[in-house]
Amino acid sequence: MSSIADRTHDWSGEAAAARRRRRYAADRRLRIYGMSAIGIAILLLGILVTTLVFTGYRGFIQTTISLPVTFDAELVDARSPTEGNYREILSRSIEQLFPGLEGPALRRAGQILTNNAQFLLRSAVYDDPTLVGRTVDVAIPASDPYDQLNKGIIDRDLPENRRRLNDEQISLFEQLEEDGRVETRFNWGLFFNADSRFPELAGLAGAIVGSFFALLVCFLISVPMGVGAAVYLEEFAPKNRWTELVEVNINNLAAVPSIVFGLLGLAVFLGWFGMPRSAPLVGGLVLSLMTLPTIIIVTRASLKAVPPSIREAALGVGASRHEVIMHHVLPLALPGILTGTIIGLAQALGETAPLLLIGMNAFITSPPGGLLSSSTALPTQIFIWADSPERGFVALTSAGILVLLGFLIVMNGIAIFLRQRLEKSW
Amino acid sequence: MKTREMATGQDEGNGTPASSGRSFAENQRLDREPNPLKATARDVCVFYGEKQALFDVNLDVEDRSVTALIGPSGCGKSTFLRCLNRMNDTIAGTRVTGRIELDGRDIYEPGLDVVELRARVGMVFQKPNPFPKSIFDNVAYGARIHGLAGDKSDLEEIVSTSLQKASLWNEVKDRLHEPGTGLSGGQQQRLCIARAIAVSPELILMDEPASALDPIATAKIEELIDELKENYCIVIVTHSMQQAARVSQRTAFFHLGNLVEVGPTEQIFTNPQDQRTLDYITGRFG
Ligand SMILES: Nc1ncnc2c1ncn2[C@@H]1O[C@H](COP(=O)(O)OP(=O)(O)OP(=O)(O)O)[C@@H](O)[C@H]1O
Ligand SMILES: [Mg+2]
Repeated sequence: MSSIADRTHDWSGEAAAARRRRRYAADRRLRIYGMSAIGIAILLLGILVTTLVFTGYRGFIQTTISLPVTFDAELVDARSPTEGNYREILSRSIEQLFPGLEGPALRRAGQILTNNAQFLLRSAVYDDPTLVGRTVDVAIPASDPYDQLNKGIIDRDLPENRRRLNDEQISLFEQLEEDGRVETRFNWGLFFNADSRFPELAGLAGAIVGSFFALLVCFLISVPMGVGAAVYLEEFAPKNRWTELVEVNINNLAAVPSIVFGLLGLAVFLGWFGMPRSAPLVGGLVLSLMTLPTIIIVTRASLKAVPPSIREAALGVGASRHEVIMHHVLPLALPGILTGTIIGLAQALGETAPLLLIGMNAFITSPPGGLLSSSTALPTQIFIWADSPERGFVALTSAGILVLLGFLIVMNGIAIFLRQRLEKSW
Repeated sequence: MKTREMATGQDEGNGTPASSGRSFAENQRLDREPNPLKATARDVCVFYGEKQALFDVNLDVEDRSVTALIGPSGCGKSTFLRCLNRMNDTIAGTRVTGRIELDGRDIYEPGLDVVELRARVGMVFQKPNPFPKSIFDNVAYGARIHGLAGDKSDLEEIVSTSLQKASLWNEVKDRLHEPGTGLSGGQQQRLCIARAIAVSPELILMDEPASALDPIATAKIEELIDELKENYCIVIVTHSMQQAARVSQRTAFFHLGNLVEVGPTEQIFTNPQDQRTLDYITGRFG
């Protein structure tokens, strides 16, 4: 007679208790799945970072030889430091370093120093003309094989025919070690040198500046356009077939493989507009194509999240649409927009494929002077190094990745910081 | 108790009495002079897309008085209220036909300035919705955008007067620069009222302003409405018939999108002309 809805239930009975136990078990299972997923993610991240640090730390240190150099006033004039005979200064210094060697043996000994040593001497005088006429110790990076030897990558105990350095070369280096002329120091060149054929001289300066310029262009283009487009679509656009089409396309754009944007940039910016290859301007334009949909989507989500009651309140006291947006909606959406923007830019920072297509993987030995000069970017520089045969580039590749990761962490940190700052201020 | 006195007998008024300044009889006299009309609605129909929410509503709103809109849930009270400041424009697919005049001017005529309209017709919403800004900025906002204050001291005067009128001043005068969202629900609602009256609107629309409040806050707001009607014209939506009876001079009963009956509040509650009104006020359906 009584319907099921009116029946009284036996809450403490065995069946009910078993049912509750099953539900609790489901809760627990879900929690365990989640925790193990996070655990696996952390583990993988840990493995990645450890291996990178393990190979990459060598990129952050450098072997230098402290070379006693006499800047003979006959060979270099303090008034025009760029015109001295540094080749001669260097060879005299090397003779002094290895007394008793001459001819080919001395030349071989000179190869312990990096190939560019004479230019390093030149820039030393250029920076400090008072050096002329004096004898000072100048720290010159060791060339790659000796750097490897010092870092223990070349094993001195291997038989000679399986080593890159023969016994003679090793004994020369050991002699320098005994003289206390070999030093291991922090590789500032990693941050202040541009690319080079020689791993001991190669650095990320060009790539960092290039990436900075490209991101600047990307930021300046994608943020105003992205936020503008999102505000229009969210606040003004009538909901019809056209705006729906636009919306679907924007969402699709976000999913387009980045290399396609590279092809587009190649065809449009380089092909039609005739912009220069390898320029950070073009890189930034291509990256902004990729960042734009991300920023639009994130901004729209943040705008949607602003409670309608705030809009109604503002409209209710007679605010115009523009005032509603500028005074209320955008400020409330700002933390979300900023976070999205920074994450979009961080993605762009790590993006490689499109930059390869527009030639930002060129070999360029000085940091770009402007938006139009040739340049590399961080990920493409890593790509170039990973492709280089010299042993020293292995460590540099990992070091470069660590630097890139460092920038990404900083950017995400800024995003989190801004988000908390701005949200708290209400 | 005033409520009991007026109630139709069936209404055993469990609402709280508002300590209104005037006696009930004074408020509700049937023979009082009708005030000039502030707003008139003629044959107003509202459509949400295909769905029609209001059917040929004809309603006059008197100046300097309180008009209450009552009726069961979903009957179109809010919809009608939101027509009066064209708030429905913000909902996509909404269509309004008929004619609504404010001071003799059609507010749906093309070229009408909605910003001006909404400055003249203030609104208080069912849920308190202060801006996430300071108390001061909340109240000052309307005056700022409409350029009502010449300088800072003008603005401060507008803010303090509005807060006083909304009887919130004493509670917040020492914390004007704290966020408005940090107030209690009832205080927030009074803040929203202060914000609405800061621009000195001619007509104030209130959509169940007390529905989220406790009896004491409700009483305060009712008292406030009673004072405001000396200078403003007020239209209020309410689910509490006691409230309608306490604060309003005229009451309109809506049912299923139709305006069933409108008249002096006392007449609607004591001698309704329509069976549906009688059923509603006696609680026979809701
Ligand atoms: N945005 C909307 N879109 C579609 N239909 C709506 C919308 N808003 C209201 N309606 C419909 O219009 C009718 C009237 O709604 P309205 O909000 O005016 O009712 P109400 O009388 O204020 O009810 P309540 O007392 O519950 O607030 C309802 O049937 C509702 O479903
Ligand atoms: Mg309503």
